[in-house]
Amino acid sequence: MDFSQTLKIALRALRTNKMRSFLTMLGIIIGIAAVIAMMAVGTGASYVISQQIASIGSNIILVIPGSTTSGGLRTGSGGAQTLSNDDVKAIMNECPSVSTASGTVRSSGQIVYGNMNWSTVIMGGTPELFEIREWPVTSGRSITQQDVDSAGKVCLLGQTVADNLFGSADPIGNIVRIKKIPFTVIGILESKGQSPQGTDQDDTVFVPLRTAQRNLVRSQRAGIVGAIIVKAKSKEVIDKAESEIQSLLNQRHRITNGKEPDFSTRNLSEILAVAEKSAKAMSLLLGAVASISLIVGGIGIMNIMLVSVTERTREIGIRMAIGAKKNDILLQFMTEAVLLTMLGGVIGIALGAGGATIVSRLLGWPTMISVQSVIIAFFFSAAVGIFFGFYPARKAAGLNPIDALRYE
Amino acid sequence: MSDVISLTDIRRVFTMGDQQFEALKGISFGVAAGEFVAIMGASGSGKSTCMNIVGCLDRPTSGQYLLDGLDVGAMDPNQLADIRNKKLGFVFQGFNLLARTPAVENVELPLVYAGLHAKERRQKALIAMEQVGLAGKENNHPSQLSGGQQQRVAIARALVNNPAVILADEPTGNLDSTTSEEIMVLFTALNKNGITIIMVTHEHDVAAYAGRQITFKDGKIISDSPTGRTV
Repeated sequence: MDFSQTLKIALRALRTNKMRSFLTMLGIIIGIAAVIAMMAVGTGASYVISQQIASIGSNIILVIPGSTTSGGLRTGSGGAQTLSNDDVKAIMNECPSVSTASGTVRSSGQIVYGNMNWSTVIMGGTPELFEIREWPVTSGRSITQQDVDSAGKVCLLGQTVADNLFGSADPIGNIVRIKKIPFTVIGILESKGQSPQGTDQDDTVFVPLRTAQRNLVRSQRAGIVGAIIVKAKSKEVIDKAESEIQSLLNQRHRITNGKEPDFSTRNLSEILAVAEKSAKAMSLLLGAVASISLIVGGIGIMNIMLVSVTERTREIGIRMAIGAKKNDILLQFMTEAVLLTMLGGVIGIALGAGGATIVSRLLGWPTMISVQSVIIAFFFSAAVGIFFGFYPARKAAGLNPIDALRYE
Repeated sequence: MSDVISLTDIRRVFTMGDQQFEALKGISFGVAAGEFVAIMGASGSGKSTCMNIVGCLDRPTSGQYLLDGLDVGAMDPNQLADIRNKKLGFVFQGFNLLARTPAVENVELPLVYAGLHAKERRQKALIAMEQVGLAGKENNHPSQLSGGQQQRVAIARALVNNPAVILADEPTGNLDSTTSEEIMVLFTALNKNGITIIMVTHEHDVAAYAGRQITFKDGKIISDSPTGRTV
C-alpha cells in the first residue's frame, strides 16, 4: 500500500472530526508555542550577554590596587596607589601568556564645549587600551604612543558624550574643556552600548595616560595608574596569565608569604561566562517546563486516538477483511497521530514565534528564535506523535477481524 | 474441474475459560469453480464459523482447507490477509462500506491494499461498478445511495480483484423483498459469467437462487443437495 494513500485516509479521518482534531492538536500547539517562545526569550538573553562580553573585549584580566588605610579609614579595594607605569611595562615584558596591557586612570568631571556641558567619566589610557577593548574610532584618529609620551592635550569622545556636547555637529578638531583644561577632540569612538553591569560605556572621554596622570588625577607619586587592563594571548591561557601577573607583582611589590597583597586581579570574561551560563540554564529550564505541556498534549493525542480506534473498529474490520495487513492498519493510525502532532507543531512554531515577537515589542525583552529550536520543536512534535500514537495504533492493528466486523 | 474450495474434516474448537465448545465437528465439502452454493442453518449451527474459516478470517483447529490449491491452514496472518485480498471477495449483510468515502473509492479499496497504482485502480473499479449496474454513481457517498445500491457497491468491491470465490454473508438480510430479488438476480448473472459464489442465508426463497444447498445443524452438515436450478 503506497504512502500517499495512507496520508489521504489519515487526512480524511482528521477532516471528519474537525473540532475534535483541532482541540487535540491544541495541546501540541500550546506546548510547541511555549517551547519556542521560552527558548526565544532565553536565547535572546544569552545573546545579549555574549554581546556584552564581546563589548568588553575578549580574554581580559583586570589588575586593581588593594585598599589602603589613612588616618584609620580604610578605602575600598582600588583605593591604594600601588600600581605604576613600571608595573604595566613589567607585565608586558615578563609575562609570556600576556599579549598586551595598558595602565588606566579614571576620574570624573565636567566637560564643557561652548555653552554645553556634561558630567562624564574621564579615562586615561595608552593605545593598547583600545586594542585590548577592541574599540575603534568611527571618525578622526585614536590616541597614539606619541600622544602619551608628549602628554598631549587631546581626547577621544564616547558617542554619548559627543551627542550631548555637539548634537549633530562634527566635534573633531574642536576644543573642549575637561576640568577647565582645554583638549582638542581627535576622534569619536564607536558606540558600545551597555556594559554587563548596565552602565553606558559610551558615556566616557579618553585622554592619553600621561596627560591624565599629570593633569586630571591627584596622586602621591608620578606614574601611578589606577588599574591595569591586560589581554591574555588566548582564552586557554587566561588563568595562566593571571597567575603570572600575580607572582610578578608579588615579587615587584615584595609581598612575601602571609602578607596581604596590595593588588588584586579579576578575570572579567570568567564572570561573564558565569552570567551566560546561568542565562542558558534559565532558557533550558523554561524549555523543560514548556515541554511538560507537550507531554500533556501527547497524552491528549493518545486519548483521542484510542477513542478513534474504538469508534472505527468496524472500519478496521472491513479493511482487514478485504486484505489490509496488521502493518497497514498500524501505519494508518500512526500516520494520523503524527499528522496531528506535526500540524500542531507547525502551527505552534508560528504561534510561538509570533508570541516571542510580541513579547519583545511590548516588554522590550530581547528574543531570538534560533533555527535550531525550530527544527528541534518540529521533530519533537513528530516524536510525540510517534510515541503517543503507537499504543493506540498497535491496539487497532491487533484487532481480530471477525470481532471487529461484528462490532456495533 | 478441480475444486476451488476443499474442506476436509474441519474442526473448530473455541475455548472460553476452562470450557471448550466445538463449533464445527468435522466438516468436509468441496466447491467446484463456477458453483453457486447456499449455506443454510439456524443460528448456532456453525455456518458462520464455517464461513469465517472459508473466508480466511479464522483458522480451523484441525483439518485441511485448500483454497485454489493452497493450504490455507498453514499460513500466518499476513499471508491470510494477502489471500483475502487476492482470492476472496466479501459481501456482508450490513454492506460495510466506508462512510464519507465516495463509492468508487470503496470499490478501489482492495486494490489499494494490493498495491496497484491509482490509475489502474480507478480503471478496474469503474469496470466493476459497471458490472453491477452502478455506472454514474461513482462519486456518490454511501449515505447518498439506497440500500440496494450500497449492496451493489459492496458487490463491486468484492468483484474488483477478480477473486476465485465471492463470499456473501446474508447479502439480502437488510433489504426489502424487491431489492433482495434484484440483488439475487445480479448474483445469478455474475455466476453465469463463471464467478463462484458461496452465500450464507436463512431465507429459503433466497437460497433457491443457488444451484446447491448445504444445510448445517449443530456443527455438522445434515444435507448437501442440488436445488434443481440448472446453473
